[in-house]
Amino acid sequence: MHVLVCGGTGCQASASAQIIENFQRILAEKGLQDEVQVVRTGCFGFCEKGPIVKIMPDNTFYTQVKPEDVEKIVNEHIIKGRKVTDLLYLDPENKEHVSDSKHMGFYRKQLRIALRNCGFINPENIDECISRGGYEALGKCLTEMTPQQVIDEVTKSGLRGRGGAGFPTGVKWGLCAKNKCDEMYVICNADEGDPGAFMDRSIMEGDPHSIVEAMAICGYAIGASHGLVYIRAEYPLAIHRLQIAIAQAREYGLLGNDILGSGFNFDIELRYGAGAFVCGEETALIHSMEGKRGEPTLKPPFPAVSGYMAKPSNVNNVETFANVPIIITKGADWFASIGSEKSKGTKVFALAGQINNVGLIEVPMGTTLRDIIYEIGGGIKGGRKFKAVQTGGPSGGCLTEKHLDTAIDYESLAAAGSMMGSGGMVVMDETSCMPAIAKFYLEFTCEESCGKCSPCRIGNKRMLEILTKITEGNGTMDDLQELRNLAAVIKDTALCGLGQTSPNPVLSTLDNFWDEYVEHVVDKKCRAGVCKKLMSYEIDKEKCIGCGKCAKNCPGDAISKTDYIAPGHKLPSMVIDSTKCIKCGACIAGCKFGAISVK
Amino acid sequence: MAKVKSLAELKAMREKLSNNLDIREKSNDPDSLVQIKVAMATCGIAAGAKQVMEHLMEKADELKLSIVFTQTGCMGYCHAEPTIEVKCPGRDPIVFGHVDNTRADEILTKYVMNNEMVEGVIPVNYETIG
Repeated sequence: MHVLVCGGTGCQASASAQIIENFQRILAEKGLQDEVQVVRTGCFGFCEKGPIVKIMPDNTFYTQVKPEDVEKIVNEHIIKGRKVTDLLYLDPENKEHVSDSKHMGFYRKQLRIALRNCGFINPENIDECISRGGYEALGKCLTEMTPQQVIDEVTKSGLRGRGGAGFPTGVKWGLCAKNKCDEMYVICNADEGDPGAFMDRSIMEGDPHSIVEAMAICGYAIGASHGLVYIRAEYPLAIHRLQIAIAQAREYGLLGNDILGSGFNFDIELRYGAGAFVCGEETALIHSMEGKRGEPTLKPPFPAVSGYMAKPSNVNNVETFANVPIIITKGADWFASIGSEKSKGTKVFALAGQINNVGLIEVPMGTTLRDIIYEIGGGIKGGRKFKAVQTGGPSGGCLTEKHLDTAIDYESLAAAGSMMGSGGMVVMDETSCMPAIAKFYLEFTCEESCGKCSPCRIGNKRMLEILTKITEGNGTMDDLQELRNLAAVIKDTALCGLGQTSPNPVLSTLDNFWDEYVEHVVDKKCRAGVCKKLMSYEIDKEKCIGCGKCAKNCPGDAISKTDYIAPGHKLPSMVIDSTKCIKCGACIAGCKFGAISVK
Repeated sequence: MAKVKSLAELKAMREKLSNNLDIREKSNDPDSLVQIKVAMATCGIAAGAKQVMEHLMEKADELKLSIVFTQTGCMGYCHAEPTIEVKCPGRDPIVFGHVDNTRADEILTKYVMNNEMVEGVIPVNYETIG
């Protein structure tokens, strides 16, 4: 039997050394020192609940152990084989004691596969990458596998496109490989455009070699010797690090001619985008690379048949590529063992909004929204109430409290009226107004619409006008119906993915927050206090002492004196002229007497 | 640098190179150096990681500490940028968040030199595959 005591700095600071001493002393007193070994280990990572004591082989995990608890553990657990329940981890959700760390929320939540080297290696040093097994997957493909075997392995792993739509990657490679041609292209879509998303950028900045390697693997699999990375010029650091990675790979002969003596040639070039959202759509991306306007075209023909320069091309997203090398080295079965039934592996999310731990996270597919928001994200800022979470950016939707236990994968998010998207996740609390959020995303799509097809160009504009009307208090119930009609038409008739998905934020908020829309239209009220046109500031003339501070603070000269002096006060009270008020809130911030309120 | 000619050569190279990273992978060697990794993705740099790294380097010189500084990618703790990971020989790596110049000085003088804990430790909340 082994007793593992955490010797990490955090636990040491809370007396783990004393715990070890006590274990050794008490075990010696009972004559058990030869049967039970006390080991001081490294950090278990769960510093919040330290000091940690783990008993092996039954894998019992004790948290917040005090030196005086040791005797109890020895007497009860080690001698009598009974777990000391009150020292076990208490699950915050179901208030049950968990004895085994594998079942603890904290440990099952995050798993870094695509981000395996991010924050670990120096991204500007290829040697560090190689020492972590970098380029071995490429070597394995070139020397031990046929191109078809590579495609089969990726197909078998169940890897699906991480750009959002979730098309099976191996199948995509297979389709492209069928169209043998003298010139073929592997394209990496690094045009990350969702507001608030930074997964791809972080991968390129933290582990650029994984992209270089994966593109070469893809080139070998489909028979291409040219690689192109389409990256937005707004990502200067990612560009810089990719350039270094490519140069180093060339120097080591891991790009160029006759890679690793296999006779396979492959090289990568960077192409810069000007940061148009529509260029994340693969046909628009290809046109932009060709030097044409970034406008989509109808599919088919798919890029696999006629892509860059009318040659067969395979386009994959950065995060998709980042998963490829590890699938080759660890095997398809390993990858397929992670995640949910139809969505394998992990997904990186950029967690943002009204949440305590804003950050970049990677979780196995099938993790629930609740785990992400409350366990990893640390809950809502300022202890406010959760209202909605927006996934999938301008193409996705807002999910509510009733979706919190949805296991995240491509299908379940689509069923709930949102989508996986590229992985932006914006958490909102009760201070967010849903019609205003829908309007924000629609403003974004209107701005980013390329204008080629009329449903997207004109339809979205009309929807935006209606939403503006609603948030300004001029909406009618007919407008709400009209929003639905327009949304349905745009979804059915727009040319590309941008247009087809652009009504999603409106539709999902209409479905999930119908009451709030009705409030805006019928009661002319915005419960979150966001829509300024629906708010009015008022001074309680009985509470106002007439100091005039609000009038001084008011940038619009909207506050003046009245003739009324409230009983007990010496100066006349103030009043706000609502026609001049710009609803900035400066008066409230300055009033020490709580006399001003928003209605 | 000569080109890598085969998979076998690449693997041999990994063996050789992994020694260099050993101090980062295992902290058992008591003679090895203190290693500080600074998360330097765009988010970190925007929050001042570059300036903190420069300050750390100057301060380390001043205190005559030999420390290996490495820049690395995003560690994921955007809510606490700039973040640095400090690995002292024989101790486990610790991630510190919200590191400004004052805290950087504290980390060097208290944690690195005297093994005294300072504020701002972020518990690692993920598992990375090897």
